[in-house]
Amino acid sequence: MAKQEIDDRFKKFGTVSFTAISKVNEFISFLEKGKVMATKCKKCGMSFFPPRADCCDCLSSDMDWVEVTGDGTLLTFSKLQYGPVGFEGDLPYIIALAQYKDVKVFGRMSKELPDSDIKIGMKVKALPVKHSNGQISYEFKKA
Amino acid sequence: MARVAIIGVGQSKFVRGYPGSIRELAFEAYREAVQDAKITSKDIDASIICSAPEYDKQRSPAGVIAEYLGLTPQPTFYLETVCSSSSSGLKVAYSMVKAGLHDAVCVLGFQKMSEISSAESQERMGRGADIQWESPFGTMMPAYYALHARAHMEKYGTTEDDLALIRVKAATYGQINDRAVYQKPVTLEMFKNPQDNMAGPVASPLRVGDCCANADGSSCIIIASEAKAKAVCKKPVWIMGVGAASTAVNMAGRDIFSGLTVAMEASATAYKMAGVSSKDIDVAEVHDCFTIAEMMAYENLGFAKPGEGKDLIRAKETYKEGSIPVNVDGGLLSKGHPIGATGGSQIRTIVLQLRGEAGPMQVNDPEIGLVHNIGGVGLYGNVTILGRD
Repeated sequence: MAKQEIDDRFKKFGTVSFTAISKVNEFISFLEKGKVMATKCKKCGMSFFPPRADCCDCLSSDMDWVEVTGDGTLLTFSKLQYGPVGFEGDLPYIIALAQYKDVKVFGRMSKELPDSDIKIGMKVKALPVKHSNGQISYEFKKA
Repeated sequence: MARVAIIGVGQSKFVRGYPGSIRELAFEAYREAVQDAKITSKDIDASIICSAPEYDKQRSPAGVIAEYLGLTPQPTFYLETVCSSSSSGLKVAYSMVKAGLHDAVCVLGFQKMSEISSAESQERMGRGADIQWESPFGTMMPAYYALHARAHMEKYGTTEDDLALIRVKAATYGQINDRAVYQKPVTLEMFKNPQDNMAGPVASPLRVGDCCANADGSSCIIIASEAKAKAVCKKPVWIMGVGAASTAVNMAGRDIFSGLTVAMEASATAYKMAGVSSKDIDVAEVHDCFTIAEMMAYENLGFAKPGEGKDLIRAKETYKEGSIPVNVDGGLLSKGHPIGATGGSQIRTIVLQLRGEAGPMQVNDPEIGLVHNIGGVGLYGNVTILGRD
């Protein structure tokens, strides 16, 4: 019997990933195709970001992938001067939270944006970004 | 219905780099609590050992510590809700006594944060939240509370100075608490001087002075049934209300960022159970791991309306002489925050206050006190209301 290949795509997520295997590994492949995706329960219609494989509302595991589209509104942010081990090279960086139509998205602000442009209430887009070390993530850019 | 009382409290000095092992650290608080209760280990039917396991080299510390304290063959187990572990322990101990399973239970909280190297500690900090979806962005505890501070400032006009005033208050009492790790004065001017360490940026808008320090320490709370308490204790402090709540670990799963929903829900439960309101509280200990956390606690516990926490601190109403004294032992900001020991230390402070034994920190004749202890970034919340006869 052929050895089954382990699907550990999730180890590519972010500067340092702490997870290798997840039922939502497809999220990484979508990022590689330029899309930030959420999941939506086929049975009850509940939307999830971060994506979930299982619906806590109706207990179904039958999910659709749906793209996080439109503009988000920045809810809050913080600029870090210290980071955990493995993130030293990224410092300083800004973490942020944005409200979209059905979901909220947590992530980083693009370093292209000057600090003075970053304000609560501003419109943002969440877009995939490839790191120099081969990792992949998403970041907020000005909409 | 028979009540449940706290009959003994103890706490080690909170220090950087405790010169002993975790069992020896635990013993310091245990001995003080047993001597305070004027009982022996044989009077204690069960123990709950509380810490955050990522700092411990010892796997399953409960058995090791219970044996060292002389609490075998009584049952023991380990309980964890990160920073709120020992107040969670108190709630479980309360239910064990209330159910009639045990007459007296010991809740021992400890943390030797220096058990691991600072590099190991930094690595663990990166895993302090949702490791699948948030940690890959490089999150840290101060940054999560900073997200709340930014939201609070935007919504209510709270300023960096308002947050600094909370640290100034904490330091006022840290100087008179001989168990605190930080006993130096802090002034608002220090926050305004870019050369001063207090003003150093950590995660905007939070600065070094807005953050509590790591520490090693232990705490111990011994509770007993009403009959046992009356037999052994001259000044029992009664557990009037216990409330607890949880929420989404991921910020994307939350709706409010200017407050902590767990504190709102846990306090509503505790007030209802105790049959009191926020107006009845004479002295409080709140979880000020960061200055913004105390600001939000004022509002989430009902000491101030949402957005008016800043008015309380500006008017010094949370000082010892104010209308609602908060953290007059220096809080986590001065005492330090040995994760698993923190809740028990807060409970000890309120017990001493209600007995009139808080020394230079004593507020004027309190009858009802409150403890607000938060785990993670508002992931877990416990509110405990205590009263005297």
